[in-house]
Amino acid sequence: MSEAKISNPYLQLSWAMMKTGVLGYGGGPSVIPLIRYEAVTHYKWLEDEEFGEILALANALPGPIATKMAAYLGYRKKGVLGAVVSVLAHIVPSGIAMVALLSAVQWLSGSAVVQGMIGAVIPVIAVMLGVMAYEFGEKAVKGLGLYVGIGSFALAFGLLQLAELHPAIVIIFFLAYGAFHMRMKDAWKKRREERLLKRGQDERLGQKEGVTRGLD
Amino acid sequence: MDWIEWLQLIIGFFIANVLGYGGGPASIPLMYREVVTNHAWSTPEEFSNILALGNALPGPIATKIAAFVGYDVGGWAGAIAALAATVVPSAAALIILLNILHKHRQSPSVKGMTLLVQPVIAIMMLVLTWQMGESAIESIGWLQSLLIAAVAFWLMQMRKVHPAIVIVGAFAYGGIVIPHLPA
Repeated sequence: MSEAKISNPYLQLSWAMMKTGVLGYGGGPSVIPLIRYEAVTHYKWLEDEEFGEILALANALPGPIATKMAAYLGYRKKGVLGAVVSVLAHIVPSGIAMVALLSAVQWLSGSAVVQGMIGAVIPVIAVMLGVMAYEFGEKAVKGLGLYVGIGSFALAFGLLQLAELHPAIVIIFFLAYGAFHMRMKDAWKKRREERLLKRGQDERLGQKEGVTRGLD
Repeated sequence: MDWIEWLQLIIGFFIANVLGYGGGPASIPLMYREVVTNHAWSTPEEFSNILALGNALPGPIATKIAAFVGYDVGGWAGAIAALAATVVPSAAALIILLNILHKHRQSPSVKGMTLLVQPVIAIMMLVLTWQMGESAIESIGWLQSLLIAAVAFWLMQMRKVHPAIVIVGAFAYGGIVIPHLPA
């Protein structure tokens, strides 16, 4: 999209967060792919890995997801002022609309036009969420390997959907394991190498013995 | 609005949001409890109207409600108080936590954590996709949902169109065409 190059970081933040605050229909989570697009793809303020981390932690805390993320992105870019600007840009348009439009609420919420608009947007958001699911899934498999990857999908799904644990709990659980994952991976690798080395030595010893026995 | 009410706004919205786990809709009953039951800042009917308007507009539901109720109770000062109580605590908590994480960016523990949240995010997004899909089918039916999804996918993934444009396009289609389709 040929947006005029906005160079002022505060304006960039405001514009990005205003867009997401005005187009985010379908509930809290529907802004997530929109914010991701602005932050990771469009302005390239951070990579997907970091975005995923922020998203996970933001989900583990209470409160509206969009404002938490807007605040962090703003903070990361331009400190506390950035955080304030970012959040305001996101919530002010809809806030003002709320105050201004309450008298029209009967018309607005019943209007077929508004219903149609909201209805048509939901599949678009669903597509963005689906793509995000796929891309994070890909990353997970790349980083963890196929078996651990699929295993963790199954575990996450089981905990979230079947056991219906609260997402915050599941995230904390995975974070806790994640803290030890690298260490365990290295330890497991080392043990495997030692085992292979030992097996190699045993085989060589065994061959020698076999040869001697044959000659007896 | 005297300063006691101002303080009540802050405390009320703080409580409603600090207990509101699980995103937007989870905080609605909590806000109802503060706004209608505890402080009578609005009647049940009014709250229902606020919610209806809130759902017709974009943006986080919690801030929409806070903005309206805050303004209703105490003008701009009230709106600012309610919004601050809603937004600041969790935003500050997130920033502090991430700062700590960022300081230890290079540690294998943090790298492991970044890696291990990816499958969880993937599954959560998948579940949301499913729920959105269900919601779409419920409001506009299978055919339109699939058609819009297919066009959206093609535009965003193949043609790399900015999602904002696709969404505005969907608004246009939804606002102009859908109301005239046979129910």
